[in-house]
Amino acid sequence: MSIKVMIPSVLRPFTNGAKEVSAEGKTIMEVIASLEMNYNGISTRLLSGNRLHRYINIFLNDEDIRFAQGLDTPVTGGDRLTVLPAVAGGAFVPSAMMHVSGWTQCWIR
Amino acid sequence: MLKICSAVLDAVIEQARQDHPIETCGVVAADAGSPIANRLIPMRNQAASETFFCFDPRQQYKVWCELEECDQECRVIYHSHTASIAWPSREDIEHAHYPDAHYLIVSTWEQADCPVRSFRIANGAVLEEQVVRI
Repeated sequence: MSIKVMIPSVLRPFTNGAKEVSAEGKTIMEVIASLEMNYNGISTRLLSGNRLHRYINIFLNDEDIRFAQGLDTPVTGGDRLTVLPAVAGGAFVPSAMMHVSGWTQCWIR
Repeated sequence: MLKICSAVLDAVIEQARQDHPIETCGVVAADAGSPIANRLIPMRNQAASETFFCFDPRQQYKVWCELEECDQECRVIYHSHTASIAWPSREDIEHAHYPDAHYLIVSTWEQADCPVRSFRIANGAVLEEQVVRI
């Protein structure tokens, strides 16, 4: 049974630019394996070992799979998976300024 | 170049001041095809930290779905640095997963020479860009 998978722009180089692809499987992990078969390398961006990468969120229909059964969450035909990379960041470390050129420019008008 | 509605940019800066010393965060959306970012969507910093921010994934999912329904797009991802300059940190660069977005950083650090800067970040590369108020 076909599962619809929504691909974020950062991963579309793996899918030849496709925003939406189809995959097969009975669990999220099987769907990812199916994606890997067709789009070589994409699983390395989704998984860290055999776990979902810390900064990747996957929603099954409208539910975050981390609040279901994670990668073992069952899927059925017609389901829609959305891959949503996290938005996060941290404070600037001053010592790193040594490696930045042009940081004193200020472009606001 | 980032073109952003002046009142929205002022609201982003004010949000950062209000949330200081906690890092603030959010999105400025634009109509698909429009050159101007004009819709402010403040987001909850799930980390509630002075040195880190993270969107709440479920809030992010709802916002992304709503933008798609409205034929809008996430044009700007903004956050604040509360004790450092407005320049992407190593973590900012590592977690910049939206190459189509402009990354706007507001510094509320009193020693910052420039309180607002915008960058394009992709594949680990950082390019500062001009911010134009509209």
